[in-house]
Amino acid sequence: METIASVFTSTSWSPYAAGIGIGVLSWLTFLISGKPIAISTSFAQASGMIEGVIAGEKARQRPYYKKIKLRINWQLMLVLGVVIGSFLSAIISGDFQVGVWVPSLWAAAFGDSALLRVIVAVAGGIILGFGARFAGGCTSGHGISGTLQLSVSSWISAIFFFIGGIITAHLIFKFIA
Amino acid sequence: MNKENIESNKDVVTVKRDLLFGLGFGILFGFLLHKGGVTKYDVIVGQLLLIDFTVVKVMLSAVATGMIGIYFMKSMGWIKLSLKGGSVGMNVIGALIFGVGFAVLGYCPGTIAGAIGNGYLDAIVGGLAGILMGTWIFAVMYPKLKDGILKKGDFGDITLPRLFKLNEWVVVVPAFALIVLLLFWIESTGF
Repeated sequence: METIASVFTSTSWSPYAAGIGIGVLSWLTFLISGKPIAISTSFAQASGMIEGVIAGEKARQRPYYKKIKLRINWQLMLVLGVVIGSFLSAIISGDFQVGVWVPSLWAAAFGDSALLRVIVAVAGGIILGFGARFAGGCTSGHGISGTLQLSVSSWISAIFFFIGGIITAHLIFKFIA
Repeated sequence: MNKENIESNKDVVTVKRDLLFGLGFGILFGFLLHKGGVTKYDVIVGQLLLIDFTVVKVMLSAVATGMIGIYFMKSMGWIKLSLKGGSVGMNVIGALIFGVGFAVLGYCPGTIAGAIGNGYLDAIVGGLAGILMGTWIFAVMYPKLKDGILKKGDFGDITLPRLFKLNEWVVVVPAFALIVLLLFWIESTGF
């Protein structure tokens, strides 16, 4: 019993165990819900719902929000579930972070200013969110679900996600730091 | 209760069941992302700096496992593929923009949801707000983009087997073998 429990309370698993688990999970989402694991559309829906609260009807009239439909659906619940699942895993393994604003790799290069880190995170988030919808998917929808279906659009996207990411990360850490 | 009411009740039950499955699958996905270590900035940016290969290991083992099962279930007629259409504009330009954001933020949309659950405040306060703004900007610009750059070099929702006019398994089996070999090679280099 102790060994079974310790599997769940250990902070991390082999990346292969986690990856195989995600692969098996993708079988289940296809078989039971008829849908692939995907994330970034839900952020776009959330942004439309927020605009709807602030600006009313105008948001619903935007062609993009009409296309993706602003309502709570399977995928939005999936994204909510990711937050909960990660929280559960972090809590039971004693890895839940309290008061951490600045990741250590960032702090080593750019210091421990929370404000600087948050400003850069907002900027990065804007580029990421825009790029995810531009590309029609993210590291989940294209990078895992699309590539495992051998989709051409997803293989191209996944390769260029990493080309863009690797070049940018090296520029940031080699030249700015 | 008349027939119409019964029908609409059935719909409500189906929708609720669908949403609950979404939530449950999400909880499992988030749990696995955290256990895989990829809800952390250091791990993700470590991958992009090519000093930590956790992200690639998680992704490629998920893809290899998923691919075998999905194509098996497809050949049994149990499931249908769910493919995204694409174009050079979307999947090269858009993906490069995504890559820049990926490195600047240090999380992607799925892993930031995981990072939020993990308690990282830069993800909750900074990254989440940024992603919502970024997707909103895209929605605002969409009417201008949709018939321009998003259509540049359109190739539709094809798969690699269809592109090369090959039997699915002639692609699936070598792709699986290549991924496994690549992972063995990464391990052998000590990463």
